[in-house]
Amino acid sequence: MTIIVAGDKKEYAEGTTLAALIEKENIDSPQYVTVSLNDDFVESGAFADTVLKDGDNIEFLYFMGGGA
Amino acid sequence: MAFTNEQLERYSRHILLKEVGAKGQKKLLNGKVLIIGAGGLGAPIALYLAAAGVGAIGIADLDTVDLSNLQRQVIHTTADIGKAKVQSAKETMQAINPDVQVNTYQIYVNAASIMDLIQDYDFIIDGTDNFAAKFLINDACVLQKKPFSHAGILRFGGQLMTYVPGEGPCYRCVFREPPPPDAIPTCRQAGVVGAMGGVIGSLQAMEAIKFLIGKGDLLTGKLLTYDALTMEFRRIKLPGRKDCAVCGEHPSITEPFDYEVPACDLKAEGESHENSPEL
Repeated sequence: MTIIVAGDKKEYAEGTTLAALIEKENIDSPQYVTVSLNDDFVESGAFADTVLKDGDNIEFLYFMGGGA
Repeated sequence: MAFTNEQLERYSRHILLKEVGAKGQKKLLNGKVLIIGAGGLGAPIALYLAAAGVGAIGIADLDTVDLSNLQRQVIHTTADIGKAKVQSAKETMQAINPDVQVNTYQIYVNAASIMDLIQDYDFIIDGTDNFAAKFLINDACVLQKKPFSHAGILRFGGQLMTYVPGEGPCYRCVFREPPPPDAIPTCRQAGVVGAMGGVIGSLQAMEAIKFLIGKGDLLTGKLLTYDALTMEFRRIKLPGRKDCAVCGEHPSITEPFDYEVPACDLKAEGESHENSPEL
């Protein structure tokens, strides 16, 4: 299936979960990353149970605290 | 209010723009913007808003100028070391444009002071360097229904979003709670390219200007991210969060409160610190 990860089209096996995707994509400190799937946020507790499907659009939103 | 000849010349490049014109320039001259943090982000924001003729610009920061600030905080000069940042910023802004009223607040921006501080301003800009301040600004702006621009910078990256009441998610919708102390590095720990403040701060100034003149699309419901190493900008659509603790349907946060600032963000001995812990 084709999913869109942070704007890029990628091929993943059917049945891939959000947790597996996060591991494959080497997301650093995923517990502190906000994940959106299509038009909703996904809580970190639900990553393992969230099965991705063709056409899904996943974004990773990172904390960035600097400014001064 | 009629323009003086000097104003017509000073703002001619604005007045030429159909989106600004004389009408938009008057809106800028009547606009009131508060910048919290006179550092890496705050410096270019203050410079551009002063140059643009934003009528009243507030700038809040407790700190004094330190040598290590000058790599990025372009509103201050070597001669300003040791001077209050708000004073140094004010002098530069007024040297650029005496039209502008600069209000300085050399204060500890916290839950006790923020509500009064933001009250008189049309648009608030977060130029702080810690999550406690970023969440505080978000909550206070949501509670007072004030539009604001959030931004963060680190290493070669930056991001920003704009909150307008009723028009999209707030910062807390996206990030919920500050990360635990030391979970996410700060610029102080990890560094930042000075020009990053220029890129992201200028974009924040642009959001304030667009808000004041009422033209264009703001970054409401969108997080704009910038990676300087790949030279990629991305505008990421942000979902809303109905159960957001401050802007959701049943908010549990009804007044601003202070998070503890991590010890690593506290002022190191013999070293001035930009905004933490005071902001």
